[in-house]
This record gives sequence, C-alpha cells and structure tokens, in this order.
Amino acid sequence: MAAIETSAAAKPETARPNWLLRDLTGLAIILIVAVIGYFLFPNNLALLTRILGIALLVLSLDLVTGYCGVATLGHAALFGAGAYASGIAAVHFGITDPIAMVGVGAIGGAVAGLLSGIVILRGHGLAQLVLSIAVIHLFHEAANKASSYTGGSDGLAGISPDPVFGLFGFDLWGRTAYGFGVALLVIVFILLRFLVRSPFGMLCRGIREDPIRVSAMGASVQGTLIKMYVISGAVAGVGGALNAISTQVVGLDSLSFTTSAEALVMLVLGGTGSLYGALIGTVTFMWFEDVVSAANPFHWLTIVGALLIAVVLFAPKGLYGTAASLLDRYRGRS
Amino acid sequence: MSAVFQVEKLQKSFGGLAVTQDVSITMQPGDRVALIGPNGAGKTTFVNLVTGHLKPDAGKVMLGGEDVTAQGPTRRVRQGLVRSFQVTRLFSEMTPEEHIAIAILQRTGRSGRVFGNFHAMPDVMKETDALLATLGLDHIATRKVSEIAYGQQRLLEIALALALKPKVLLLDEPAAGVPQSDTPRIEAALAGLPPDLAVLMIEHDMDLVFRFAKRVIVLAAGAIIFDGSPQDVTSDARVREAYLGNYANASPAA
Ligand SMILES: Nc1ncnc2c1ncn2[C@@H]1O[C@H](COP(=O)(O)OP(=O)(O)OP(=O)(O)O)[C@@H](O)[C@H]1O
Ligand SMILES: [Mg+2]
Repeated sequence: MAAIETSAAAKPETARPNWLLRDLTGLAIILIVAVIGYFLFPNNLALLTRILGIALLVLSLDLVTGYCGVATLGHAALFGAGAYASGIAAVHFGITDPIAMVGVGAIGGAVAGLLSGIVILRGHGLAQLVLSIAVIHLFHEAANKASSYTGGSDGLAGISPDPVFGLFGFDLWGRTAYGFGVALLVIVFILLRFLVRSPFGMLCRGIREDPIRVSAMGASVQGTLIKMYVISGAVAGVGGALNAISTQVVGLDSLSFTTSAEALVMLVLGGTGSLYGALIGTVTFMWFEDVVSAANPFHWLTIVGALLIAVVLFAPKGLYGTAASLLDRYRGRS
Repeated sequence: MSAVFQVEKLQKSFGGLAVTQDVSITMQPGDRVALIGPNGAGKTTFVNLVTGHLKPDAGKVMLGGEDVTAQGPTRRVRQGLVRSFQVTRLFSEMTPEEHIAIAILQRTGRSGRVFGNFHAMPDVMKETDALLATLGLDHIATRKVSEIAYGQQRLLEIALALALKPKVLLLDEPAAGVPQSDTPRIEAALAGLPPDLAVLMIEHDMDLVFRFAKRVIVLAAGAIIFDGSPQDVTSDARVREAYLGNYANASPAA
C-alpha cells in the first residue's frame, strides 16, 4: 500500500495500463487457442469455424449492449443480414471472391444495423427489448417471404466461393475456412480494440452510464448510438458472411430469435463490456453445448440453463469480468 | 452591449403546481449572477427549462440573440450554454482524466473519432492536466470516479462544465457537498473564469454569494421577487418574508 501512495504523484502505473503489451498478449492467446483447436479437433473444424462466426456476432452485440447499454434480443438480424447479403451476392450476382463476399456481408450487416438501430433506439428499457424482438421477427419474415432470393425456408444453397487470393481453395475438411475465419476474427478484434479506446468508444461508455450527462456535454446520444449500431452491424455482417462462406448455405435460423437470445446468453456468460469476455463466453457456451449435447442429447438444455444460473448468481460480471476483478484484488493485496 | 442570454416569461407547472411563473432574466457577457431562494423555489427547474432538459409550458429562451426554445439540450450546449448538476452526474466507471478529455474532445469536434486515444493527443492532455490541477484533482486524475470522495466528485462536476468553455455557465449549487476546506478551490476556479463569460450560480451559502455575485436574483414559489445588488438583498422586505418560513434569517447561513 505504501508503494501505491508514494507513486501516486507520478501517476500510478495501474491507471494507465500498457495497452500494447496487454493487447499483444491477448492476441497471442487468441492465436495459440486457435492453433491448439486446429490440432485438437482436426475433424471438427466446421464447429470451430462456426464458433468464429458466432464470436463475431457476440463481439458485435457487446458493442451495443456491453459498451452502450442497449438491451436487445434481436441482434441476429445483423448477422443474418450479412449472411444473406454475401450469399445472395454469390448465388445471384456471381460475386464469389471470398473477400468481396465478406465486404458485401459487412455492408449488409451495417445497413441492417442502421435500420434496426433506428427502430430499437426509439424505446428504452422494456420497450427497447420488445422492439428488438419485433425487429428480429420482421427480418425473419422478410427473408422467408423473399424466397426467390433467399430460398425461403429451404435456405439459400449453392454458394461456392473462389479460393482465397486465388490460392487457397475451400476444402472438404474446412481447413481454409477455418484459417480464413481466424484471420477475420483477428483483424476485427484488432480494429475493435482501437475502437473501444477511441474518443468515440469513450463517449459510448459514457452513454451507458448516464445519457443525460452526455447530452449536457453537447454530444448527441442518439447519433452516437446509431453510429455504433452501424459499426456493430458491419462486425456481425462479417460473422454472417464467414458463416455463409464456410457452410456454403444460409438458413433462416441465422436470422432467428433463438440465435439472438443465445448470443446474449454467451455475452452475459463471458462478461459484458469487454471484448475478451465476448470471446470467452462464445467459446465456453458453444464448446459446452457441443460436449453436453453429445453426452446427453435430452437434457443438455437443462444443464446449460443450470450453468447460466450459476454464472449469473455467483459471477454476475461473467467469467472474464469475475476473473479480471479477482486478479485485480489479488494484485492490489500483494 | 447585447444580451448573451435572455429568458422571457418562462412558465412551467407540474400538475397543478406552478414551479416557474413568468420568469424573465437577461444576462450580459461578464455577468456574475447568484440565483437564490428557499428549497423548492424552482431554481433547478429553471436550469432544466433553459438548458432544454425540460420543456416549458410557455416562454422563450434566447442565446446570443437566437431563439433556442425549440432546440434540444445538445444543440444549446454547442452554442455555449453549459450547466452543472446539483446532484453529481458522472460516469462512475471512468476516471476524472477521461471525463475532462471527453468534454474537450467534444468541444473540439473530435469525440466521434473511432481511432486514436486522448493520451496520445498532447493538446488534450495538457488542457486536462491543467484543469484538474486548478481544481486540485490532479493527484486522483487516474482513479475511478466511484473511488474518489464526494467532495472531489463535486469539483470534477465543475471542471467538466469549465472544460466545455461555455459562453453562459449555469452552476447548480457547486459548493453543496464540498468540504469547507475545498471551497476556496471552487472560488479560485470561478475567479479564474474568462471575464466575458456570463455566470449564473445557484447557491445557499450566502458568504459565497456575496463574494461572487455582482447581482442577486431571488426566486420564491416559482416567481422572481428580487433582482438587484447584493447590498440590497438582505434588507428587502419580500426576500425576508420569503425566507422566514425556511431560515431563521437570510444572512450567512447554509
Ligand atoms: N419532475 C418533476 N415532477 C414534479 N415535480 C417536480 C419535478 N421537479 C421538481 N418538482 C417540484 O418542483 C418544485 C421545485 O423544485 P426545484 O428542484 O426546482 O427546487 P430548487 O429551488 O432547486 O430547490 P433546492 O434548493 O432544494 O434544490 C419542488 O416542489 C419539486 O418537488
Ligand atoms: Mg435545486
């Protein structure tokens, strides 16, 4: 404690953390986990790639829910819009370059983010939640009705992306898809680390805590939130595009209430308001779902429910948030 | 000299209770006005009305000659009308440094940037450090607001308003909750304000009022009952009457 007192004048080192070091460590861990996953589950790369896509959705949800405090059960609308946009671009417009497809997916997601943001942000609290549920149902229904483009309830099939850079073809084992997915996640993650530390990211955190204070500083609360929704849509859209590219089909489930709700569960599980929490929540939930549903296909939902209750009751900040604050306390004591 | 801030016949009732009745105030650049009145007189409501946080039933608010009555709070702030809150409104998870930086970035049109960080912006850091030092908050600049004392939070509330470099500054009981030992810091900060800034301060501490204000406005039951010099306010019959129910006397008390 004495050390803290004396160093206070010279700005305590805990307060201005060495971001570069922390981010590089985080990035290294992500890459190591990705490589371990590759060697541990060589026959299950499809699942790992699906986790990567959903991780992008949960990161995107964290931007609006964790950083801005917007309650939504409709976030899969942004993910599904990205998936359909890139799928439709490939099937109907011959845009089959995977990077171009990701670009189209990001734009599709951003547009969906703009539209659903405009609707959802009209409400607050419970009304906001209800609006978000309405949004996801509308998107779902629209995709169902526009079956000449989306394939309706049969799904959109026949997506065959070109090799990445014309070199790496999408193979049967899903190796290319996995590598492509890891690359996308890493790039998005780095960009988001910049975003959340930027002036805009700070403003968003302020809005989560007290929108009236933010407006009293002359910043537009609504405008800032809409902007974050568009960015969030682009991120979810990249996840959707990855899903379309790797599975080569897009189904209505990508635009479903269930997917939205599961994404929220993953975020809460990992911890809101931190990008690491979003990643840890996604991996834990999806891995758990896979293991438990294989071991006990009848009761796995019960077990997932029990896990969730345990986390919410005993680790309300989520797995990452709780671990981080325990670590802080340990550091503070030593 | 033309008025920088003008309120005309402002009206507001909550249910049947008239909280603001025909309130008109004009301020010139450089004015130092104290707005006083018993608890529940409608002082905070007045600030909420003119800043756009509440909608008036009738009346007009003008800033630099422009009618801003129809505008929201954000646009009024951008035109230089800044307030502080009687009950501190801060971001508990952020540091004082971050608070001031957001305000400076907002004022200088950089709050929407999606890259970079204020720590790497020398002008922002310099101004932030200087402002926090003025209010004696430099040693806790990087603590979370939830971990600093309430008195320090009050000082940060003022620093935040100053960081926006207002043309018209409305301070709602800036010294309430600040330990006596720290009030000189507030007074020093007020004394160091640009001379052409118009300041209206709501305050119960009459010592502070007399040292700060060149003009005192008294609000009672939503209406202005006195608008004049500090010398005359304590001897005014209506003011004495208004305060009798609440204070034993209107002289130094808090
Ligand atoms: N949003 C509201 N709805 C209903 N009544 C309100 C509201 N805000 C304030 N009032 C009432 O209006 C009256 C004036 O309140 P206001 O907060 O403006 O007083 P004040 O002069 O700032 O008092 P204080 O010195 O205690 O801060 C009070 O009777 C209060 O109860
Ligand atoms: Mg008040």
